[in-house]
Amino acid sequence: MPSREEIVQKVTDVMVDTLAVEPEKVTMDAVLKKDLGAESIDFLDIPWKLEKAFNIKIPREELFPEGLASDPTFVKDGALTPEGLAALKSRLPFVDTSEFEEDPKVSAIPDLFTVGTIVRYIETKVGA
Amino acid sequence: MRWFHVDRFEILEKNKYARAVKCATLGEDHLHDHFPGYPVVPSALNIESMAQTAGVLAGYTYDFKKNVILAKVEKAEFPQMVRPGDKMVIEAWMDEIKPEGCWTHAKITVDGKLAASASIIFVHLEDALPESFVFTENFMDLLRTSGVI
Repeated sequence: MPSREEIVQKVTDVMVDTLAVEPEKVTMDAVLKKDLGAESIDFLDIPWKLEKAFNIKIPREELFPEGLASDPTFVKDGALTPEGLAALKSRLPFVDTSEFEEDPKVSAIPDLFTVGTIVRYIETKVGA
Repeated sequence: MRWFHVDRFEILEKNKYARAVKCATLGEDHLHDHFPGYPVVPSALNIESMAQTAGVLAGYTYDFKKNVILAKVEKAEFPQMVRPGDKMVIEAWMDEIKPEGCWTHAKITVDGKLAASASIIFVHLEDALPESFVFTENFMDLLRTSGVI
């Protein structure tokens, strides 16, 4: 079972490898899209590289779910409804939503995916 | 879709490996401009040759029934220039097949020396789209005349 330091190092390596960024930019708070320049294809590539790095299987949409924001029961006036928020928390238990819940705009969902999010997800997968 | 950056396929092993050849020649107009007096195959076209070879592997996975689209090129390196008269051997390997796409890597060698390499990801468009615009009849002719299908 890898230690947290080992997980952080491997996740950092994956981010550097996938997003062609300097290791110094890969901090726990760094948002994949906004800070590290991740594009849509990277959200397919990152899980694959994590699978290789940690020898795990990541089912499709387990790490980066799709369609949540397009479900009309989950979204109203550009923000998640209480049902939508509950669904988000249920599907992404490794995501820290505490700040997001104060103003759950759909446009802010991508900001939930930080390097720290990935680290916490891997911890749940490998039982660290 | 035009398949001008591969001349012939030599090996096509479904879900595993492809090998093709492409000969650089001064008959290609762009070499007269890149560069005047010193023709070099543009690195972008090296990528195209690798992408077409790897793209065939990806397409073969779905029996050429789906439109396979190049989604990402990474770690592209060009340690040696390719010049007119060079015979490029282009090889591609399938690394992973997932429902959302195919992960591959490819390289080009000239006389056994590495000229280019890259990792390439392909995705496929959903079945609801019209008939294939990637693997057209012209392309299938290339595979048939190559004798690999």
